[in-house]
Amino acid sequence: MIATMLGAVKRSPALPALAGLVVLCTVFSIMRPRFFTAGNLANLTTQGAQITVIAMGLVFVLLLGEIDLSAGFASGVCAGVLAVTLDQYQFPWYASVLAAVLTGTAIGLLLGFLVAKIGIPSFVVTLAAFLAFQGVALLLLEEGKNISVREPIIVAIANRNLYPWLGWALGALGVVAFAGVQFLSAARRRAKGVTAERWQVTTAKVVVLAVLVGVTVAVLNGERSANTLISSLRGVPIVVPIVVVLLILWTFVLRRTAYGRHLYAVGGNREAARRAGINVDRIRISAFVICSSMAAIGGIIAASRANSVDPNTGGSNVLLYAVGAAVIGGTSLFGGKGRAIDAVIGGLVVAVIENGMALMGYGAGIKYVVTGTVLLLAAGVDALSRKRTDAGR
Amino acid sequence: MLEVRGINKSFGPVHVLRDVGMSASTGEVTALVGDNGAGKSTLVKCIGGIYSIDAGEILIDGEPANIHSPRDAAGYGIEIVYQDLALCDNLDIVQNMFLGRERKSGLVLDEPTMEQLAAQTLSTLAVRTMANVRQPVSSLSGGQRQTVAIAKAVLWNSRLVILDEPTAALGVQQTAQVLELVRRLADNGLAVILISHNMNDVFAVSDRIAALYLGQMVAQVKTTDVTHSQVVELITSGKSEGIK
Repeated sequence: MIATMLGAVKRSPALPALAGLVVLCTVFSIMRPRFFTAGNLANLTTQGAQITVIAMGLVFVLLLGEIDLSAGFASGVCAGVLAVTLDQYQFPWYASVLAAVLTGTAIGLLLGFLVAKIGIPSFVVTLAAFLAFQGVALLLLEEGKNISVREPIIVAIANRNLYPWLGWALGALGVVAFAGVQFLSAARRRAKGVTAERWQVTTAKVVVLAVLVGVTVAVLNGERSANTLISSLRGVPIVVPIVVVLLILWTFVLRRTAYGRHLYAVGGNREAARRAGINVDRIRISAFVICSSMAAIGGIIAASRANSVDPNTGGSNVLLYAVGAAVIGGTSLFGGKGRAIDAVIGGLVVAVIENGMALMGYGAGIKYVVTGTVLLLAAGVDALSRKRTDAGR
Repeated sequence: MLEVRGINKSFGPVHVLRDVGMSASTGEVTALVGDNGAGKSTLVKCIGGIYSIDAGEILIDGEPANIHSPRDAAGYGIEIVYQDLALCDNLDIVQNMFLGRERKSGLVLDEPTMEQLAAQTLSTLAVRTMANVRQPVSSLSGGQRQTVAIAKAVLWNSRLVILDEPTAALGVQQTAQVLELVRRLADNGLAVILISHNMNDVFAVSDRIAALYLGQMVAQVKTTDVTHSQVVELITSGKSEGIK
């Protein structure tokens, strides 16, 4: 059983990133004991959420072998739309969220159209958009005004927590649902007499997930208020279940639907996909739509975390961290390979580096250098593994 | 099963096919031979609905067929296996075989059914070299990839399978395997058109030979009635002693 488990782990494309995550966490925990406290870990999840969500959208574009350099500022523009509609037009929160996400969808449609129908390389289209959206953000916020976001529900996303019992309930529900889906599908496959995962592997997966969820909820439910007499601060940050729901949604789309299959096909061999009757242009446009819409959600999370939106929301290193997160998690820059979970694992790695280095007292300079090196390392692993499969033929 | 009559096709001023007629019957392998530029691929693409024909008609079971797109061709049970395989390396065998025509139950892909059908198809083709239908295509040899491409074409209750140079990039042993598979397709009751440059392949598996020369069909003969050198003559000069 151990052997089958190890075999399954070895084949996982996320292995380098997971190993790196464990090493980083161990090192930081030893060097700075404060790293592994409830307060810091909760902080880490909200830090990583924006990048993770943008990275999850980027996975779709990267799957096709394209790139979206404008996702960072697209998230900034959408956050700007959120803030302006809330602040100046007094929209209810859901209308503002809808407006922000629809802005992202429109941006994605435009980018996708330019790439798929006009045929401009995505690098150029999104580089132009990168510059233009920076300008749009400035115009939207009238030359650099900072708009504060006070809407309680929007602010709650990154700043409030689930009740501890709700954290446990959702965690348990997630594990049970996962186990149910896994065992049911294995049973159905066995009934049809086709290859099925060994039940030991399925059990191991469920156990690992249960342990992970259990530890996470237990730690985040710990008291992290400095002075419990004034206030109590406990529970899983609300942004965590949001990221998990997005993860489940996109994993389902990629792995269980014909649309997801077609995305992989277009990324693997566009001509083969075209001959199989797949509408390649539509698939390419849709990937940009998903990417920019996810960037919008990332922007909303950023606005919530900062309690405000300024022209630099989604700027500076957000995009590079997001691309880095996807690639570090195991998504290939060459297309055809990538999963939604990659963004989560990679996003955690990026957040851990940023958070841990800050705790160690290193400045921004060292942080950038280390993150850049990790990104290069991940891209190197990607390129080398691709070379190996090419040579193997 | 298939008959084409008087097909003409021009690309601008270039008259590629001139009054081409040809037939392919169920249970037979018809080899389509000709030099580079003779119009083999164009003819096949006309039959497969990728090009529209300028004049002439395509008859399926004696009835005129309207083929204007690859989808129409597939509707008549015509499948083309292209030279450059058209497989996705990052997908596995089952995923490739069902690409673009996935089985679904509701919104969700019906993986067990697809896997079962793929395995069945491979076993009717007596393919034993692929133990695991869930391995990615990138891990397969050239012959295995060709086998998957052919199996993909057979999966759809196709009645006519057109193979464009299936052995061009293969080694000796793999060529033998693929030719055996081609023969088996015809023996299983399909009509097969095999485009090939390789006379050994043509004589090894075909029942009939159709020779194109500069866009004209110069002969359609039984393989047993001609010799190797006569066919080469037909390909290079468009005529041969004793063949009409």
